[in-house]
Amino acid sequence: MSWFAAHALSVVTFLPLVGVLFILVTRGSPETVARNARWVALIATIADLAVAIYIWANFDGHTAAFQFEERATWLGGNITYHMGIDGISMLFIVLTAGLMPFCILASWTSITDRVPEYMIAFLAMQTLMIGVFCALDMVLFYFFFEGGLIPMFLIIGVWGGKRRVYASFKFFLYTLLGSVLMLLAILAMYFYTGTTDIETLLSSAHFPVAMQFWLWLAFFASFAVKMPMWPVHTWLPDAHVEAPTAGSVILAGVLLKMGGYGFLRFSVPMFASASVTFTPLIWALSVMAIIYTSFVALAQEDMKKLIAYSSVAHMGFVTMGTFALTQQGIDGGIFQMLSHGVVSGALFLCVGVIYDRMHTREIAAYGGLVNRMPVYAACFMVFTLANVGLPGTSGFVGEFLTMLGTFRVDTWVVILAATGVIWAAAYMLYLYWRVVFGRLVKPGLQAIKDLSPREVAILAPLVVITIIMGVYPKFVFDVTSVSVAHLVREHQVALAFDRAQTLAAREKAGAHP
Amino acid sequence: MSGLEQSYAVLLPEFVVAGGGILLLLFGVFRGDRSQSVVSNLSILLFVIAAYFVVVGADGTAFNGAFIADGFSRFVNVLALLGAAATLLMAQAYLETERLMRFEYPVLIVLATLGMMLMVSANSFIALYMGLELHSLALYVLAAFKRDSIRSTEAGLKYFVLGALSSGMLLYGISLVYGFTGTVSFAGVAAVVGKTGVNIGLIFGLVFLIAGLVFKIAAVPFHMWTPDVYEGSPTPVTAFFITAPKVAAMALILRAIIVPFPDALHQWQQVVQVIAALSMALGAVAAIGQANIKRLMAYSSIGHMGYALLGLAAGTPQGIASVLVYMTIYLVTNAGVFACILAMKREGEYVETISDLAGLARTQPKFAFAMAAFMFSLAGIPPLAGFLAKFYVFMAAINAHLYALALLGVIASVVGAFYYLRIVKIMYMDAPAPAFERDFGGRIGTVMAGAGAFTLFFVVFAAPIVAAAGTAAQALFK
Repeated sequence: MSWFAAHALSVVTFLPLVGVLFILVTRGSPETVARNARWVALIATIADLAVAIYIWANFDGHTAAFQFEERATWLGGNITYHMGIDGISMLFIVLTAGLMPFCILASWTSITDRVPEYMIAFLAMQTLMIGVFCALDMVLFYFFFEGGLIPMFLIIGVWGGKRRVYASFKFFLYTLLGSVLMLLAILAMYFYTGTTDIETLLSSAHFPVAMQFWLWLAFFASFAVKMPMWPVHTWLPDAHVEAPTAGSVILAGVLLKMGGYGFLRFSVPMFASASVTFTPLIWALSVMAIIYTSFVALAQEDMKKLIAYSSVAHMGFVTMGTFALTQQGIDGGIFQMLSHGVVSGALFLCVGVIYDRMHTREIAAYGGLVNRMPVYAACFMVFTLANVGLPGTSGFVGEFLTMLGTFRVDTWVVILAATGVIWAAAYMLYLYWRVVFGRLVKPGLQAIKDLSPREVAILAPLVVITIIMGVYPKFVFDVTSVSVAHLVREHQVALAFDRAQTLAAREKAGAHP
Repeated sequence: MSGLEQSYAVLLPEFVVAGGGILLLLFGVFRGDRSQSVVSNLSILLFVIAAYFVVVGADGTAFNGAFIADGFSRFVNVLALLGAAATLLMAQAYLETERLMRFEYPVLIVLATLGMMLMVSANSFIALYMGLELHSLALYVLAAFKRDSIRSTEAGLKYFVLGALSSGMLLYGISLVYGFTGTVSFAGVAAVVGKTGVNIGLIFGLVFLIAGLVFKIAAVPFHMWTPDVYEGSPTPVTAFFITAPKVAAMALILRAIIVPFPDALHQWQQVVQVIAALSMALGAVAAIGQANIKRLMAYSSIGHMGYALLGLAAGTPQGIASVLVYMTIYLVTNAGVFACILAMKREGEYVETISDLAGLARTQPKFAFAMAAFMFSLAGIPPLAGFLAKFYVFMAAINAHLYALALLGVIASVVGAFYYLRIVKIMYMDAPAPAFERDFGGRIGTVMAGAGAFTLFFVVFAAPIVAAAGTAAQALFK
């Protein structure tokens, strides 16, 4: 047990690869292999979730220090295999591990082609995603961060819809371009400080203000694309629409959060002054995202595309709150990401349910589903309202806190962003009305069946989580708040340090004209 | 130990290969072409034995300082021998099918490898030229080895004419350097340049020298021969061209620039930077439109030489080490890719257009997976080996403040990723073409699997290789 406790993060990261091994050694007829692959993937993801919950249960929320740390030599020099988590990363691991079994279940019958490869891609994806949140070395982080492109490229490109090839290339190249700039910044930081260890960089590195400026922009290029922020969001609707249901869930649920996590892990604490300098830019882009993409969402004919645009708008709240640099703002940003991970994932699963039956995502092809699918309509309603941000659902807490946190810093930004809540209500309710309400007149829908037990098993837990997060958000803040408070405090300290440095430099220049 | 004895001791691996090559030639002449496979297997064995002698060999100089054995030559010689052995290993099936079972093939590879080893160990300009010519002449013949094929003979002729031109430039450069320093030994040139400084005649010599050498690794603007020669040559020959000789020629460039011209750093750095930038850019863009996979790999290789030169442009020990890491990974990945290309055989015919790979993931999943791993590795995506290759050269470039070049490099790598992804797309996302022959032979399978394992798991055991490259690079800066 002690070995397990000491290596819990490695276990939670690499356990899915054990599942891959099992799938690889399976022999037999194609049906046997496919069935085996499904079960192995399900068992591996559930086991991984159990490990994630074990870590959560043993996580100490009273300290901002990194926990479950592991360190091993890796590439030589100062680049080590260093894993560890704090309050900011903890719940993203649970989110990732928690969504994966649902993804596997959602693909149970809808994926029939090359099942073992599909499951391998998902399990590899899980390792890479969890690794991103555990890594405490920048090079290791980059490995996981960019490595995730390969399985996702294949998931979209092989099992996606009609324009899958276009979408997968766009996703890959767009994200790659953002990340390589970050790679150069990481190398420059390594050159300047002699280390890529995130813990060391957080506690003792100060970059000159001019250098921060460039480093911040390079990291921004990567995270803004991943997030995605307006105007570099255009890969997202394509990728979402073409990806298979489970791929969309992972994209919206976890991949987008890597951007927000990156801002919190690197940009804000390491480049304190640059973060303040660029806050107006972030806010402008956030507000643009919230308002503009909401209107775009309103005009969509395709359900997945609508939810994709709504994701961009919701991520606008996250970036706005994060760069308010207040406790509530950042707490809210993290909560919003977690909530969006659950809710948008669930919405894609809801779309997947009717897509599996009708094989179209056109909103116009549906209508009056409530008559034949009451249970489905109820589940879909909960997630719709959560996406709108109704009090009592998880969506409300995050939006409210980000706005509260930002309101103390800048009122106008919040006034503009708050309109986004109205737009969200407009496009979500409009969607719900068109799909679920009305009379069931379309001939193809006459025989549509309500949720199967498997689908209930997928959606019911997500309904419960959405409501618990809305009613009792404290369990999230128990984990995050100390780390966030530490982050805000350290940011202030770093800012003061930078100011002192600038002043000292100016005085020195004044003394020797 | 007398000077001559020491010379023999230092150059023992080269003597082993030379003696072995001559014996194999005699054996082949007496036994005729039916001895081809025996000669081929013995050549592989010879490379393994030579590699052993390289590893256990002593440091020192030979023949009045004309050759040198040090950490650097050991590292590169092992790589070159490994690459030559791997390409010989996977050539056999092709030669049998195409009725090219002539014993000269392995012998020519042995002689070319001997030339490479002499290039790598050269410590004076004359020794350098000898090694280079021995190597090149064998390669010209190899390019035209399929002598009934117009494309192959054209490739050989083209390679020969352009190679002769580049040798001329190289000699002209060497003569200028000799004229302005009065010596041909690397150390001697370094001493004279250190004393007298850099003058215009020396810079002319240096530029011609670089032009002549860069032709051998096919970096822009001396790359024109590459696509035609690589496409026209028989595939196993192309596999050989693209792996071991590239590594040896790159090592030659490193030594022939770093050791004699440490005081002309700023002069040659500019030239190398321009060559690196142009190669990266051309490699990224020109491969996009290619339909023939050998031609595509030719352009891809031009781009990769650009990245490797990025490390040289840094001009630091770290930069040289990064080039060595780059070339190691480049060699293994390309050997893997060509193992895949040599397995592209349909109804007894070798095919080489990219569209022939369509839907390979359905018909031969393992083969497709290996090829995809090589493609992602060449594109430089983690966690595959190719990422670490790029990582180290970019690190060296950033440390040497070559920010603009590094930026160009990463952007070129994103553009270049497109055509590697296109191959993955064709294999995984397109409707299947008729399947390839399932049985491509254990030898090709071995190379494919070995290179695949290296590409996938390099991240785990990178540290010792990177450390070895670091030690090897230090040898140039004594």
